Amino acid sequence: MAERVRLTEPSPHARGVPTFIGRPGPSAVHRLNPLTKATLATVTAIAAVVLGGIVGPVLLVTVAVLLPAAVAGVLGRLLRLSLLLALPIAISAFLVNLFFFPGGEQVLLRIGPITATAEGLGFAIQILVRILAISGAVTLFYLTTRPADLVVDLERRGISSRAGFVANASVQTVPAMVDRAIQITAAQRARGLDTEGNLWRRLRGIVPIVGPVILGSLAEVEERTMALEARGFARPGRRTLLWAPPDSATERIARWAMLVALVALVAARVSGAWS
Amino acid sequence: MTLRLSGVGYRYAGAQRPSLLDIDLDLPDGAVVGLVGASEAGKTTLCLVASGLAPRTVGGQIRGHITLDGENVDAWPMHRLSERIAIGFENPATQLSQVASTVFEEVAFGPMNLGVSRDDVVERTWAALEALRIEELAERDPFRLSGGQQQLVAMAGLLAMRPAHFVLDEPTAQLDPAGTRLVGDAIARLAADGASILVAEQKTDLLAEVASRIVVLGEGRILFEGPAAEVLADPRLTEAGVAEPAAVRLRRAAEVAGLDPVRIVGAIA
Repeated sequence: MAERVRLTEPSPHARGVPTFIGRPGPSAVHRLNPLTKATLATVTAIAAVVLGGIVGPVLLVTVAVLLPAAVAGVLGRLLRLSLLLALPIAISAFLVNLFFFPGGEQVLLRIGPITATAEGLGFAIQILVRILAISGAVTLFYLTTRPADLVVDLERRGISSRAGFVANASVQTVPAMVDRAIQITAAQRARGLDTEGNLWRRLRGIVPIVGPVILGSLAEVEERTMALEARGFARPGRRTLLWAPPDSATERIARWAMLVALVALVAARVSGAWS
Repeated sequence: MTLRLSGVGYRYAGAQRPSLLDIDLDLPDGAVVGLVGASEAGKTTLCLVASGLAPRTVGGQIRGHITLDGENVDAWPMHRLSERIAIGFENPATQLSQVASTVFEEVAFGPMNLGVSRDDVVERTWAALEALRIEELAERDPFRLSGGQQQLVAMAGLLAMRPAHFVLDEPTAQLDPAGTRLVGDAIARLAADGASILVAEQKTDLLAEVASRIVVLGEGRILFEGPAAEVLADPRLTEAGVAEPAAVRLRRAAEVAGLDPVRIVGAIA
C-alpha cells in the first residue's frame, strides 16, 4: 500500500522547484528576458511607422525580426503567422490607399468611378510594409516567449498581479475559445448546420456558432471569478513567485539603448531633422 | 474543527424569495456530508453560502450565522476564508487559473496568492499532488488533461491551500465513470486524512460509498437528514426528486420479486 501523505503535515517527499519550471528556451532568442523581447517588439513596431518609406522599415524588419527569427528557428512559422495576422488589415488598407489616395495624378487603372494612381500605389506599399513590420515584431515575440514568463517578470518588477493576470488570461483565452468553437461547429454540423458551400451559406452558418461560443464564454466568467476568489487571488499584497526569468546588465543596457534610439528617431522626425 | 451553519437563510440580489431557509448544518473533521435534492433545491446556493462566496462575491442577503471552530466568520474577507474553506465547482476547466502552463504551477497558484514562502509553496504543491496521487501529471499542460484529471488538479489546487473544510459542488457532473471513480477515491482519502467535506452530488451511488451523512434539500430547506445508509434507503428520497443508489433499487426489485435481497446484492458485490 502506498504511503499516506497527511494534509496538514510536510510532504515526506518534499522536493524543490521542479526543473521544468522556467526551463530555458531552445535558442538564444528564446532565452532573452521577456521584457527585452517585449521592448524589441514595441520599438520595432513603432520605429517602422516612424521611419516611413520602404527601405528603412524593410532593413529594420530584416535585422530586428527576420534575423532573430532565423536564429530562433521559427522563421517559417513567423512568416506564415504574421501574414495570417496582417493580411485582412493589410489588404483592405492597401486597396483603400491604392484607389482612394487623395491628390493622385498618375493614373494606373480605372474601374468605373474609382481610379488607382501611382502615388496611391507607392503609399499603399509603404502602409503594407508598416503593417507587416508590426505583425512580424508581435509574432516574433509571441513565438519566442511564453506569456506566463512575461507576467512573472513584470510581477517581479512590481507590476500588479491583477494586471498581469488580465493580460495573460486574455492571451490564454484565445486557444480555449478556438477549442470551444471547434466543438460547437462539430455539434451544430451533426445537427444539420451547413457550413460548407458558397459564401452566403458559410456566413449563415457562422451565427449559430458564434452565439454559443460567446455566450458560453460569458457564462463561464462568473464561475471562473468565484474559483479565483476561492484561491485567494483577491488577497492584498504581493504573491510569491516560484521563479523569475534571468536578466543581465547587457540586456538592461540593450533595452535602454533601444528606447533611447526610438526617442531620438521620433524627435528627429518631429523636428524635421529627418524627413 | 467544525464548520457550522446556524439558521442560515439566503436570497440572491433581485430575487423575490429566498433560495435558502433555516439551514442548520455541522461539518466536523473527517465527515463527508452528501447534499442531495432535486434541481433548484438549493444545493449550489448552499455550497456558495457555506464556502463564503455568497454573499461576499455573489452578492445577495444572508441571515443566520456561520462559525468556524466557534468563531463567527461574518466579517472575514474572502481571501482569509479561503485559507480555511475551499470550494470546487462542477466544471473542472473553469477552475483552472488560465495562467499556469504546467499542473505544478496550477496547483501552486493558490499558495502563491497567499504569499507564503517559496519553500512553503513548493512543499504544499508536492504534498497536494502526492495526496491525490497525480505527481506524474506535474509537468503536463492542465488544459490537455482529461476531465477527471482536470478535476483532480482542481482539487489538488484547493488542497494546497491547506483548508480544513472542502465544499464540492457536483464535482463529478461532467465526468465519465472512470473520472468519477478518481474523484470518489480522492474524497475518501481527504476525509481519511481529517478534512471535512460537503459534497453536493446527483450520483447517489458515489455518495453511498463516500458519505457518512446525507442532507436532503427541497425548495431551499432541509427536508430530512441522517446517516448515509439510512437516508439513501429512505422512500422519501425519491419523493424529494433524488434517484436511489443502484443497490437500493436492486434490493427493492428483489423484494418485489420475492427473492432474498441480501443474497442478490451480496452476489453482485
